[in-house]
Amino acid sequence: MRTARSRHIVSGGMIGLTYVAAALATLPLLLILLHLVRKGASSLSLDFFTRMPQPVGEMGGGMANAIVGTLVLIGIASLIGLPVGIGAGLYLAEKRSTKLAHIVRFLSDVLNGLPSIVVGIFAWEFLVKPVGHFSALAGGIALGTMMIPLVTRTTEEMLKVVPNSLREAALALGYQRWRTSLSIVLRTAMAGIATGALVAVARIAGETAPLLFTAFGNQFWSLSPGQPIAALPLQIFTYAVSPYDEWHRLAWAGALVLIAMVLVISILARVATRSRFGAPVD
Amino acid sequence: MVVAIAIAIFAAAWPAFAKLGLSILTSSDWDVANRHFGAAPALFGTLVSSAVALVIATPLAVGVAIFLSEFSPAWLRSPVAFLVDLLAAIPSVVYGLWGIFVLIPIMRDHVMPFMRDTLHLGSTPLFTGPAYGPSMLTAGVILAIMCLPSISAVSREVLLAVPRSQREAALALGATRWEMIRDAVIPFARSGIVGGIILGLGRALGETMAVTMVIGNRPEISASLLAPGYTMASLIANEFSEATNDLHLSALMAVGAILFVITLIVNAIARWLVWGVAREKGK
Repeated sequence: MRTARSRHIVSGGMIGLTYVAAALATLPLLLILLHLVRKGASSLSLDFFTRMPQPVGEMGGGMANAIVGTLVLIGIASLIGLPVGIGAGLYLAEKRSTKLAHIVRFLSDVLNGLPSIVVGIFAWEFLVKPVGHFSALAGGIALGTMMIPLVTRTTEEMLKVVPNSLREAALALGYQRWRTSLSIVLRTAMAGIATGALVAVARIAGETAPLLFTAFGNQFWSLSPGQPIAALPLQIFTYAVSPYDEWHRLAWAGALVLIAMVLVISILARVATRSRFGAPVD
Repeated sequence: MVVAIAIAIFAAAWPAFAKLGLSILTSSDWDVANRHFGAAPALFGTLVSSAVALVIATPLAVGVAIFLSEFSPAWLRSPVAFLVDLLAAIPSVVYGLWGIFVLIPIMRDHVMPFMRDTLHLGSTPLFTGPAYGPSMLTAGVILAIMCLPSISAVSREVLLAVPRSQREAALALGATRWEMIRDAVIPFARSGIVGGIILGLGRALGETMAVTMVIGNRPEISASLLAPGYTMASLIANEFSEATNDLHLSALMAVGAILFVITLIVNAIARWLVWGVAREKGK
């Protein structure tokens, strides 16, 4: 039988280890941010946001087209992901335990766990192969597909917390079911859903894999959904694996811009959720 | 949507399965010029790099979860949870960039020689050979960082779901705080934590960009973790837009289909375990 003293020492030691684990787990984030700021900030200038990429060997240049391209892709993705995701979430919340709801919920979970590269193959098969060339539309749809399960999940969670008395009040006043759902339930939960949408946007903004063979990237200025389009994550990837120092510099700057976008959106979403519901959703 | 994706991928992969048969799983010869496609090294690399990731991430993530749910002072709880969650928000390409320029030099010059020579792990087959920077081990470390937040988020939730009475009973019986965790809390939460780990595994298996950037992309099976490797996802990412003939394309599709099936199974198991805990909580 071990003594009480040794048991307390073991206990203290293990508790200390959980402190170490917490410190180790937060370390990579701090390291990554530190390196990004140190290497990225020095290359960041107005040129980076306003100029086009330069050919190899020339100094300077920016990623204006990639930044705009990412915004275009996010726009297309949101057009697809938000309506479908919110619609599905509404269905799941209002018809909570029908058989179809269970199936939809399960499939949405599966879609959420799908590797992004598989989603890319899928978009390629349907939107690139038949057309014969890469396009922003295909990239946007691939990203939109990835948004759907995220938006569905948060919409459902948000609608669940809408009090039933609100639904009953609307129905008692003679509203039809669909009007109750749309103008009472959905509107009540709007802020929460908007937060969920922001989180989803933050997640897809940095996705690279599904864009490799859909949006493909473009060295030139393009806004047309029918043409290949540049994207920030793609450009970072291309530049990072290239052998040129100048491009590495730009990759760091691009990563800093990308992560600033993503973090600002995530933090906004988190602050908005916390002030409204007291606790973060995810 | 999922059904559509499954059908599309399997339909496109069919020619490769039909023509290559099982050899796509067993052969390690990926030779585009001779139209022979064996994805065994990629399959092997995917499994090994994910396993390495889990070995590193699991103790850390569960430790963080226990810290956050049991021991953390209140003022530290929400910043630490926030920082760990933010890890999940960092785009994988940024992990890859950091991996290439920061992690790889550190691994090559310090960590790997240290493990091989100073700790004398070089005598085991896992750590033999010259230390390349881009390697299975580096990919595993990056993946560990990436799947840490999902494991710890699920574990934390499950730990918080353990009833207070369970903890109080253990303490009342004279258990120390650690014994309370080990004997009263963890057994209760075990299947949920395992579910979280498997969910992290799902994320690691399908991760593409960061791994492609640090694993070295060499289609060989090597027992040493210090040698470069390949994964299924990075194989697709590297070759897809260059695939010229139909069989090559179809073979890549087949690799995608295999990846799809593996992640599907892994995720289904994870959901099942996590749901199991949620159900018990509801009773």
